[in-house]
Amino acid sequence: MAARNWIFAVAVAVAVFLSLSTFSSAQDLQIVNAERRIDLSSHIVKAFLTLKVENIGKDPAADMLLAFPPTQIKNLAMVQALAVTGKKKKKIYLPLDVKPSEQPDAPNDAGYFLVSFATPLGPGETVTLEVLYILTHSLEPFPVEITQSESQLVYYRDSAVVLSPYRIKQQTTFFKTPSTRVESFTSVEPANRAGKEIKYGPYEDRAPYSYAPVIVHFENNSPFAVVEELVREIEISHWGSLQITENYRLTHGGARHKGVFSRVEYQSRRSISGSSSFNALLAVLPPRVNSVYYRDNIGNISTSHLRTGFKKSELEFEPRYPLFGGWKATFIIGYRVPLEDYLFEAPDGRRYLNFTFGCPLVETIVNKLTLKVVLPEGSKDPSAVLPFAVNQDLQVKYSYLDIVGRTVVVLQKDNVVPTHNVPFQVYYTFKPIYMLAEPLMLVSAFFFVFVTSLAYVHIDLNIVKK
Amino acid sequence: MAMSPPPGTSSSAMRNAFGTVLSALILLLIGVLAFSIRLFSVIKYESVIHEFDPYFNYRVTQFLSKNGIYEFWNWFDDRTWYPLGRVIGGTVYPGLTLTAGTIWWALNAINIPLSVETVCVFTAPVFSAFASWATYLLTKEVKGSGAGLAAAALLAMVPSYISRSVAGSYDNEAVAIFALIFTFYLYIKTLNTGSLFYATLNAIAYFYMVCSWGGYTFIINLIPMHVLLCIVTGRYSPRLYIAYAPLVVLGTLLAALVPVVGFNAVLTSEHFASFLVFIIIHVVALVYYIKGILSPKMFKVAVTLVVSIGLVVCLIVVAVLVALVASSPTGGWSGRSLSLLDPTYASKYIPIIASVSEHQPPTWPSYFMDINVLAFLVPAGIIACFSPLSDASSFVVLYIVMSVYFSGVMVRLMLVLAPAACIMSGIALSQAFDVFTASIKYQLGRSANSKDDAEDNTSTNNAPKDDSSSGKTDKGEEVAKERSSKKGKKKEREPADKPSVKSKIAKKRVLVLPLEASIVALLLLIMLGAFYVIHCVWAAAEAYSAPSIVLTSQSRDGLHVFDDFRESYAWLSHNTDVDDKVASWWDYGYQTTAMANRTVIVDNNTWNNTHIATVGTAMSSPEKAAWEIFNSLDVKYVLVVFGGLIGYPSDDINKFLWMVRIGGGVFPHIKEADYLRDGNYRIDSEATPTMLNCLMYKLSYYRFVETDGKGYDRVRRTEIGKKNFKLTHFEEVFTSHHWMVRIYKLKPQKNRIRGRAKKLKLKTSSGLDSKAAKKNPWI
Repeated sequence: MAARNWIFAVAVAVAVFLSLSTFSSAQDLQIVNAERRIDLSSHIVKAFLTLKVENIGKDPAADMLLAFPPTQIKNLAMVQALAVTGKKKKKIYLPLDVKPSEQPDAPNDAGYFLVSFATPLGPGETVTLEVLYILTHSLEPFPVEITQSESQLVYYRDSAVVLSPYRIKQQTTFFKTPSTRVESFTSVEPANRAGKEIKYGPYEDRAPYSYAPVIVHFENNSPFAVVEELVREIEISHWGSLQITENYRLTHGGARHKGVFSRVEYQSRRSISGSSSFNALLAVLPPRVNSVYYRDNIGNISTSHLRTGFKKSELEFEPRYPLFGGWKATFIIGYRVPLEDYLFEAPDGRRYLNFTFGCPLVETIVNKLTLKVVLPEGSKDPSAVLPFAVNQDLQVKYSYLDIVGRTVVVLQKDNVVPTHNVPFQVYYTFKPIYMLAEPLMLVSAFFFVFVTSLAYVHIDLNIVKK
Repeated sequence: MAMSPPPGTSSSAMRNAFGTVLSALILLLIGVLAFSIRLFSVIKYESVIHEFDPYFNYRVTQFLSKNGIYEFWNWFDDRTWYPLGRVIGGTVYPGLTLTAGTIWWALNAINIPLSVETVCVFTAPVFSAFASWATYLLTKEVKGSGAGLAAAALLAMVPSYISRSVAGSYDNEAVAIFALIFTFYLYIKTLNTGSLFYATLNAIAYFYMVCSWGGYTFIINLIPMHVLLCIVTGRYSPRLYIAYAPLVVLGTLLAALVPVVGFNAVLTSEHFASFLVFIIIHVVALVYYIKGILSPKMFKVAVTLVVSIGLVVCLIVVAVLVALVASSPTGGWSGRSLSLLDPTYASKYIPIIASVSEHQPPTWPSYFMDINVLAFLVPAGIIACFSPLSDASSFVVLYIVMSVYFSGVMVRLMLVLAPAACIMSGIALSQAFDVFTASIKYQLGRSANSKDDAEDNTSTNNAPKDDSSSGKTDKGEEVAKERSSKKGKKKEREPADKPSVKSKIAKKRVLVLPLEASIVALLLLIMLGAFYVIHCVWAAAEAYSAPSIVLTSQSRDGLHVFDDFRESYAWLSHNTDVDDKVASWWDYGYQTTAMANRTVIVDNNTWNNTHIATVGTAMSSPEKAAWEIFNSLDVKYVLVVFGGLIGYPSDDINKFLWMVRIGGGVFPHIKEADYLRDGNYRIDSEATPTMLNCLMYKLSYYRFVETDGKGYDRVRRTEIGKKNFKLTHFEEVFTSHHWMVRIYKLKPQKNRIRGRAKKLKLKTSSGLDSKAAKKNPWI
């Protein structure tokens, strides 16, 4: 609180057009060294940022801000930060709390994430942070439409210098492209390209909110598999299994296919024809998976292979047809896993499901993920625990012979990347006696039928006695 | 099924109860058999809708389950027959869809969340079980429950019926055969009991049949024929009147409620036979009544009077009928019915009916394939029906005779023959077993120690099934006499049973065969049955289970699946605009609307010959003319099925002559002779230029030569005639993995620019460049 007051004091005193917090933070912290490696090899852009932060203020700093340009903030799928302590070889990584944060008067609508240090950074101290952030939909195909024989070129727009509310003493940025074919890149001296890598920097002593827009135009034929919508339904049966049904709406998010699709070219000249298209996908499923099916709404799709293992199972499958840019496909994957691997009893007597969030397909972006956990009939007090923010909702679903319906915990998240495949928990209370409700119902129904037929046989409905 | 044993002595009650339970159990097993033998398609392939028409029914059921019954009646489908559309509610037999829709609704009402597809897939097997139970009831009415069980077991696995009712074969016949047999059962039941209750049920069952299938005309012609037969052979009775008159009145009223039938129920010639017989039976009833109240002398006078007046009336009626036929909107008989009466009618006049393979006359091997050993048992069954001939047995004899004729006309109607053949064979088998087991028993009893009558009587009692079946055989005729005085089925059985036992023993004395002959004959019969079972299982597993939208082939490295149809339908459904129109030959219309959800020009409903001829003409025309036809129909995509790469024989090139014929039937500039070289249909270098330049040829073989360098067609087993050519008005947009389905897009019309075309083109392209440059931030 004291720091706040001080900030206000400075703000009033200086009264410049820069925003308050920006100014104050810049006063507080500075980044001694920043190194950024941006991996452009797939359509999920991963940026690894190593920051060496120093507190040059007088008070200890509890947190720091990461700034992102507005074009990136909406495509930002995930930000993670680790504090590195210890010297080489004996490095210890400590995960830090990262929260999106609103800053008043942020220049040009920049977005912020607030990283809280494990222990407040005292004056004069430095800390090394490893930040990972993941961008989706950030590779813009250009040309927008390509024919079957062309390969796919994309733009990536970013800044040569790290956008930061703090002064950065020294920084370097590396872009890693998937192939050596780079059409062009903006030159911000010093910048050079060697093989698959483009290096910007080192730049010395850049002021807060420095920005140097660059565009990299390069070839990227990796599969741009985008799941527009994925609905995963996890149905818990206390009779011993977990039934998972996944509805996919897949699209090729790259440059749109233009004109002819020639099968003869696709089949005979595979290397140059349709290089940006893809027709094989890989789903990583839990171990001990069984009853796997792969179909769409008009029937089975027969092109799939399942390899089960101890650590994981892999389902290799093909959509009905190869996906070219802009083509869509829908399909359903369903499987069953044994209950004991995923359902546990908490110390307080409640039960909890421990399952993996996210999408099982590798290297895929999910625009909208809806995860439904269908609890058994009679469950109460459901609550979900996740390491990141999602929309939560409760629904009721009626399945086989239900009377009161099953509680469904609906978790919904946009812009999901494979990094989101982390365990989450759903806690609920359940009395095992409810398991017997449906068998008893069936038994009594059959009993009733037999009693009625018995009665019918023995009742003489004739009016005239013979 | 649960029939209460009549209160009687405890031992016979026990025996009856045991027999009832045993036959109920057997019936249950027969139902399970009928259901499960049809699951081969699900196990070998998948739970999927089969073939062509079932996809339409499935789509209608989806609509029904989504929008409800009122929307269904009013459904105008604009996804088909573009630009005409089709009134689905008024042109479809709703029985099947309403049945499946009701099942789906009921299941979901008790929270069993089965999908519409699952319900549709399993409707046919479920109704096959019902049909075999109905067969039991019908045959039981004719020749007792032994014959009934045998017939039910035979029907449960008769290949002809299996071919139309495997899981996934969601077609009208699936429920219609059950409705047919059940209607016949209720007719016979009414005939045997004279109960108005059954007569009403009969009309309702007939209504269900009318809802389900166009084949209801078989019922409404067969029953009048039987009534006429009974009258002519002097078997008229009040029971016959009760069985027939309410059926015609109620049945016709109910039939007219079905939109697709409507006033056809009184206007078309298919129904006139029933009205004629309706008049006749009233005249006969009147005559019998008058005969009853007049003295013989007076009666003679009355007859001469009535006959002279009656002739006049008949003439008037005939004149009215003729006038009605001439003025009826459908012009008397419909094409399909006419082709029933004159087998050559269709091939002569209506190529669209003749082009469907299931409307062709069957070959002899198909009889063996479809009804197998039943073909040999049927004559024996007919003979058994004549000893003794009752109203009921005369009906089944008439049924088999008529259905044999109709199955000879159209291979599809083999389906109507199958139940009749099963009933006859069931009767034959049961009677033969009766005779053989009885003579074995008699011979054993005589050789071991000379037993007297009483002991012989008890020994027959040990075989309840045998006993009751032959007992009821006699019951048929005996009850026929006693029936009028009795009401309620429970009472009439017992008095009928008791004398029959004695009469049976008396008869058995006559029918004794030598022991060895009986045993050998029994074994041979069992072998025959075993052969039938093996054949049926083979037919169900191998011949009739393929869903035809997915093909498989067994190669060295395992099973190979050809799923090209669904591949392309899925592609169409996901990657074209929702309102795009797809043109293809009509065979693929239903599948395209159901699986790809795209508007089609023609489909399997074939109600508009001109429209189909237009598509046929386009397919047979050269590229430019075809483009113009398709463009005038708003077509965006053209779909052709091509089997030349993998050797799939039923592709469009093989169907092409029908397109030419149907097209030429309406548009005379298409001449079949232009496509034939010396009367032979060929696609190699000897083919006519018209053939080599028509759209179908070009779309099928476009760039085909690049696959193997020669263009060898594996279906026609020849190299194609024209190998390297370009398409000017169409472009290939999709070809499935095995080239079975090829989809082309109509190129947009070129701008009408003359002379300066090149210059302008340059200009526009540079204009495009500058536009792109503006967007390009690098400059």
